[in-house]
Amino acid sequence: MMDATINIKEAFEKTEGVAENLAAFRNENWKVFSGLGLPALKHEEWRYTKIKNLFNNGMVIDTEGSAVDKNFVNQFILPGVASANSIIFVNGRFRNDLSTISSSKDILVVKSLEEASGDEDAAFVSLHLGHSQKYHADGINALNAAFAAGGVYIKVNKGKAVGQPIIIYSISDSSDGFRLSLPRILVNVEEAAQVEIIQTYINHGGGQSLTNEVTEICVARDAIMHYIKLQNEGPKSSHTGTTHIRQLGKSLTHAVTITLDGEIVRNNLNMVMEAEYCESNMYGLYLIKGNTLADNHTIVDNMVPNCLSNELYKGIMDESATGVFNGKIFVRQDAQKTNAYQSNKNILLGNKSSANTKPQLEIFADDVKCSHGCTIGKLDKDALFYLKARGISAENAQALLLHAFAIDILNQIKNKEIRTYVESLISERLSFSI
Amino acid sequence: MLKIVNLQARIEEKEILKGINLEIKPGEVHAIMGPNGSGKSTLASVLAGREDYEVTGGSVNFLGKDLLELSPEDRAKEGLFLAFQYPVEIPGVSTTNFIKTAVNEKRKYQGLEPLDAAQFLKIMKEKMKLVEIDQSLLSRSLNEGFSGGEKKRNEIFQMAMLEPKLAILDETDSGLDIDALRIVANGVNQLRSKDKAFLVVTHYQRLLDYIVPDFVHVLYNGRIVRSGTKELALELEEKGYDFIKAEVEKELA
Repeated sequence: MMDATINIKEAFEKTEGVAENLAAFRNENWKVFSGLGLPALKHEEWRYTKIKNLFNNGMVIDTEGSAVDKNFVNQFILPGVASANSIIFVNGRFRNDLSTISSSKDILVVKSLEEASGDEDAAFVSLHLGHSQKYHADGINALNAAFAAGGVYIKVNKGKAVGQPIIIYSISDSSDGFRLSLPRILVNVEEAAQVEIIQTYINHGGGQSLTNEVTEICVARDAIMHYIKLQNEGPKSSHTGTTHIRQLGKSLTHAVTITLDGEIVRNNLNMVMEAEYCESNMYGLYLIKGNTLADNHTIVDNMVPNCLSNELYKGIMDESATGVFNGKIFVRQDAQKTNAYQSNKNILLGNKSSANTKPQLEIFADDVKCSHGCTIGKLDKDALFYLKARGISAENAQALLLHAFAIDILNQIKNKEIRTYVESLISERLSFSI
Repeated sequence: MLKIVNLQARIEEKEILKGINLEIKPGEVHAIMGPNGSGKSTLASVLAGREDYEVTGGSVNFLGKDLLELSPEDRAKEGLFLAFQYPVEIPGVSTTNFIKTAVNEKRKYQGLEPLDAAQFLKIMKEKMKLVEIDQSLLSRSLNEGFSGGEKKRNEIFQMAMLEPKLAILDETDSGLDIDALRIVANGVNQLRSKDKAFLVVTHYQRLLDYIVPDFVHVLYNGRIVRSGTKELALELEEKGYDFIKAEVEKELA
């Protein structure tokens, strides 16, 4: 075991015996983590994202629940969504006492993952928890899994539509040192249920933080699941997150990932299509500056015939920011009549900004429609001149064009309050003014 | 209003304007004609401040200011307008938003309060009638998927909204059928006044049947080689550009 993870080992040992139901899962994953260690640069999946360098033996890990109250949490609630279901994580641990569930219990069930592993949901948990490791067999995923007992289980009951969105806040308090948060989330969207899940992250305290998260979502037949991931932490906040979505029956999923700030941000988004006639939509916008690195790795796994996936990721890199996009589409041998579309477009604004984009299609069926495309460029000079020739300042002309570039991703955010909020963040970032 | 003295400009290593002299007074309409490649569009672009061109000599005075020292956006705010030969399509930016931004930036430059939504809408509706442009067109992305005629009408609409002192129309007639040409010219004629001036760049005399100029200049090989009244345009139409070319070559010989 390397020195940089000594304190993680101490934290793991402290939580020994706390979880009963998940004891085997955590121990197993600790072994995997100890064996694999942290991914180094030679690891193909991590070649642009120097995650190992972030780890140091000064990291602080919460093993028993930090002493914060609802007033502390309230300052982070997003505008316009006060009546939503708020699920609160503090320093990587699910806090039932700080969460607010506004939907009734016959619609929405929220409890600790440890609890769910010992009651009527135990069979579901043992079947689905950790499925993402099949796609991410690395130390980052295993590290999260070793601390999964602090996670949450969310179930949307069969045939129910959750009227209010579920917003999962991951709050990291970095005032005592480099905070390492390890949130774990398992979501069970039952047959014909409908839900909107939003994840967002806060670094409080002005220090460094790393949130290493795994969210696994199972979507059953005839269900509709909308998902939004919103990242706007400060330049000292890093993130490695996997959102792993399994479509177990014919269903519709729709994911939007917005990255506006951070130090090193790595998002894995997987759509595993396990039933025929599934539809998956994946949209992403990374609008970054400074030294931010935003790395989006996506996987669409077509295991069966007749599925449709749409994917569009757009990036704007200013100053010294770096964007990374890797889009894998697997079409298994049986998955005939697959339709899979992928596109990644990047605009470089800063002289030191860069973009790395890699479509990766592995197709083993012969009757499919797959397309992919990627662009890296600068703002259109003719369009800028046209706007300036009408008296629009250079700054506003640039802002108008960037806003236009970003708008088709923003329009994919179906929740009106969240969309308005994200739009305000983006307008502020582009400093559009008259 | 506008005084161009010995203006020279090039793109990359190619000299295009080789000493243009032209003076435009308020209320006047000047037409610049000339064969392809004579430098007509370059002149329009240089006046509007397109950065692809390098001015290598001469001066341009616009309303007492050194025009060449101003950024493209400040030229516009000072009252210069270029109707583009090829208006740019900008997906995602609605025409209405774009014009509102432009109008309010200009007002700010002039020390005026920005227009509120109601005031803006009222003015917009008046100007829409001028060029017979439809509301639905204006709520769409700027020029995206517009027909040639719609793009040119949109240019004239923008001109009406921005109320420039000097408008340069760069081959506004190109790609227009006769009906669209009539609508565009009508719009321009309604905007003519004693304190506004126009510089109409065109290859064909046809447009000048509708927008009748006070003066016609012939640009050839980077210089104005003939100036006259509207009769000059008719003579060109009749004899073609070859006769000008031949005359110029003879004079040079």
